[in-house]
Amino acid sequence: MTIRPEDLRYCKSHEWAYAPADSGGIATIGISAFAVAELNDLVFMALPLLGQTISAGDEFGEVESVKAVSPMYSPVSGEIVDVNTELVDRLESLNSDPYDQGWIIRIKMSDPTELTKLLDYSAYQKLLSQNG
Amino acid sequence: MGLVLVTSADLRKSFMNTPALKTPLYDWHIENGARMAPFAGYEMPIQYKGIVAEHTATRTALGLFDISHMGRLRFDGPRADQLLDHLLTRRVLDMQPGQVRYSLVCNEEGGILDDVLVSCLESPSSKIYFLLVVNASNKDKIVSWLQPHLADFPDVEFHDVTAATAMIAVQGPKAVEACQKLLPASSLQLGYYKAKVTEQMSKPCIVSRTGYTGEDGFELIVRAEDAPRVWENILLSGRDAGAQPVGLGARDTLRLEAGMPLYGHELSEQIDPYTAGLSFACSLKDRQFIGSSFLANRAKESLPVKRVGLSIEGRRAAREESKCFDHDQREIGVVTSGTFSPTLGRPISMAYIHSDLARTGSQIEVDIRGSRAAATIVDLPFYKRP
Repeated sequence: MTIRPEDLRYCKSHEWAYAPADSGGIATIGISAFAVAELNDLVFMALPLLGQTISAGDEFGEVESVKAVSPMYSPVSGEIVDVNTELVDRLESLNSDPYDQGWIIRIKMSDPTELTKLLDYSAYQKLLSQNG
Repeated sequence: MGLVLVTSADLRKSFMNTPALKTPLYDWHIENGARMAPFAGYEMPIQYKGIVAEHTATRTALGLFDISHMGRLRFDGPRADQLLDHLLTRRVLDMQPGQVRYSLVCNEEGGILDDVLVSCLESPSSKIYFLLVVNASNKDKIVSWLQPHLADFPDVEFHDVTAATAMIAVQGPKAVEACQKLLPASSLQLGYYKAKVTEQMSKPCIVSRTGYTGEDGFELIVRAEDAPRVWENILLSGRDAGAQPVGLGARDTLRLEAGMPLYGHELSEQIDPYTAGLSFACSLKDRQFIGSSFLANRAKESLPVKRVGLSIEGRRAAREESKCFDHDQREIGVVTSGTFSPTLGRPISMAYIHSDLARTGSQIEVDIRGSRAAATIVDLPFYKRP
């Protein structure tokens, strides 16, 4: 499976969600290449526990760089059904692949219509260009 | 995510309504891709290539730092030394041209107003004068502090030369090599904490063998209009040696590894020099200065808390205000600075811990945003140059 940035929905806070029609209502969640580049020098990622329920906009973890800690916010509501624990040992891989192998958690969505409230690829690109 | 690029309390406090000041190298930073942020009223470069890359370049080759935001205060006149001797914890009356001393400015209660470098210098026309380099965030406070004392010493001429000058730090094992073609031999041979008024390729320049990184190197003070040329000269001359521009992000990780205190973190008006572990910066013998009677008593007392290093387990840094606990869950201290150390590959912090419990090798716990990390008390500095 190759996740393309064009197929994703985005939060203004730079998290992405991937939920193709055949995903059985499960959204794969990560952070965008822009976020990874902004953070730089990642040293740690704090992940949630399997089975946790979460609402859209809730913090699901933290990513830490040398200088700062940044929370990560969930794009959708539901139950956390998968956590990419081994990502923590290879955070530098996010520099080259924040999408396929860079997924962070998977959520069984309680309300898939929440995806429509997120930015699509072109809207997200527009947001990035406005921020300079 | 909350893309907070730097969480330091200093940056939050520095948010101002007036437009930020720019150093003479501001345009260069922008043109060379620096990520800028306001700091102490100035728009400063936080990083260029990245904090870890810049930190490593300084430890292995050479880093260039624009530190023009720091305050530079000049004192001329026959009794300049007496004025400063009255205000600084270090003796100034016996200073000879070429000497630099690390000192503190204290209030009457022995609380630290700032940590400074005081230099005794001789101009090309053989005038002796004194230069005080102060923290950017404390400059206005120190200038106000000086006013009543300047009134008592009307023959002392005081000039705030900050805006007319720039300050560039050149730090790393290759610093001397990179400056070979740029500075006269007499400057290259300066001993540690020595300074000289000289020229950098016919531009007036004060060179001192000082720094805030734990590496060898120099700090140069030049005229503001000469700064871009001097900066480019050093970068060019040091290019083969691997010279890199370095921002305030790595400046902090470097000084922390070197165990050096930062005002607003390890030092404040609520902390005295002895508690801060800076007794070497206090010369009490046969002199009086503001705070000396308080400090004379303090020097004889046992201290309630002690400044220590912490080596943290795991990958998460324990940053300022993180609380420290013993294994019985009693609160025993607080972190004042913390980061992930690029050189050591693990998180490090400086903290004030109850003196009874501040033993090297002791295992404690630190609260990091609600969860506990194990930590070991270690001696400072974390890093010493080979």
